[in-house]
Amino acid sequence: MSPLEFFEWLQNTYWSTAIRESLMLYPLILTTHVLALCLSVGLIAIVDLRLIGVRFRNVLISEVTAKLIPWALVGFFLMVTSGLLLFYATPLKAAQNVFFQIKMVALLLAGINACLFHAAIYRKATTWDSLQIVPFRARLAGCVSLTLWTVVLVSGRLQAFNWFN
Amino acid sequence: MTLLPLFEWIGSTDIGLTIRDSMWLFPVIQCTHLLALAMLGGSLIVVDLRLLGLGLKRHPVIYLSRQAYPWLIGSLLMMLVTGLLLTSSETLKIYFSPPFWWKMRFLAVAILFTFTVRRNALRLEDIQLEPFKGKTIAVVSLVLWFGVGFSGRWIAFY
Repeated sequence: MSPLEFFEWLQNTYWSTAIRESLMLYPLILTTHVLALCLSVGLIAIVDLRLIGVRFRNVLISEVTAKLIPWALVGFFLMVTSGLLLFYATPLKAAQNVFFQIKMVALLLAGINACLFHAAIYRKATTWDSLQIVPFRARLAGCVSLTLWTVVLVSGRLQAFNWFN
Repeated sequence: MTLLPLFEWIGSTDIGLTIRDSMWLFPVIQCTHLLALAMLGGSLIVVDLRLLGLGLKRHPVIYLSRQAYPWLIGSLLMMLVTGLLLTSSETLKIYFSPPFWWKMRFLAVAILFTFTVRRNALRLEDIQLEPFKGKTIAVVSLVLWFGVGFSGRWIAFY
């Protein structure tokens, strides 16, 4: 079974059709998806602004990550859950949409950036935790994060416009 | 008196017509609207969490709110400008959309609340700000802005 055949099968399942054709459910899931963004991307942006040294310079790096990232993850969980449901409702259309593909790549890169930051940079953070301006690599991680999330949001929004299909 | 003539006039301006006739202007403005939403959400939530006794609780409310303030103002202005531009390109659809009017009601109250009650409380030192009052303000702020976002997303459907 090719991926497209699988998505076609998925699209013809009972619940996929039910969500797609529902007058309330689809908008509700979409609204959850968009509003959870304030919690996830909104707080990630605050953490990034601290990393870059633009705002919240009195707050320790360890503090801003420990106290805000758990809330961002709550938002992220809501986004993934609602996002999966939205994909489930229109898998064929989404998978073939170039903006959806860009969004998934940017999302993956944002995940890799976050993991790299935690594994390689943040482990040594005890030496610069309280610095107002942190080392270049950490600031770079903040900039990369902001850029990638911008791409995720923009391509997610443009997905509605099917320009190239 | 109805606001319909005002909407018709906005729709007939060069700005409204240009956005309506362009294939990419509307989506690009929508993207800006969405990016500003994320930033507005972040700058509100980081302070409201603190008022609820969560998040960055080791830091004074007044410090966090002052740090967040330029981003709150900047993203809100960005949302208002892009929102007006989006409205100008489809004034008649918007005028007859019930969620739009709900959004405007929520928005008016949310802005009023944010720049009066909430702002006055955020100017206080922690010792002067009663925890219960702070929590109430955070909940009201979150509910009001949630109402704006929620009804905003439904304009596309009804």
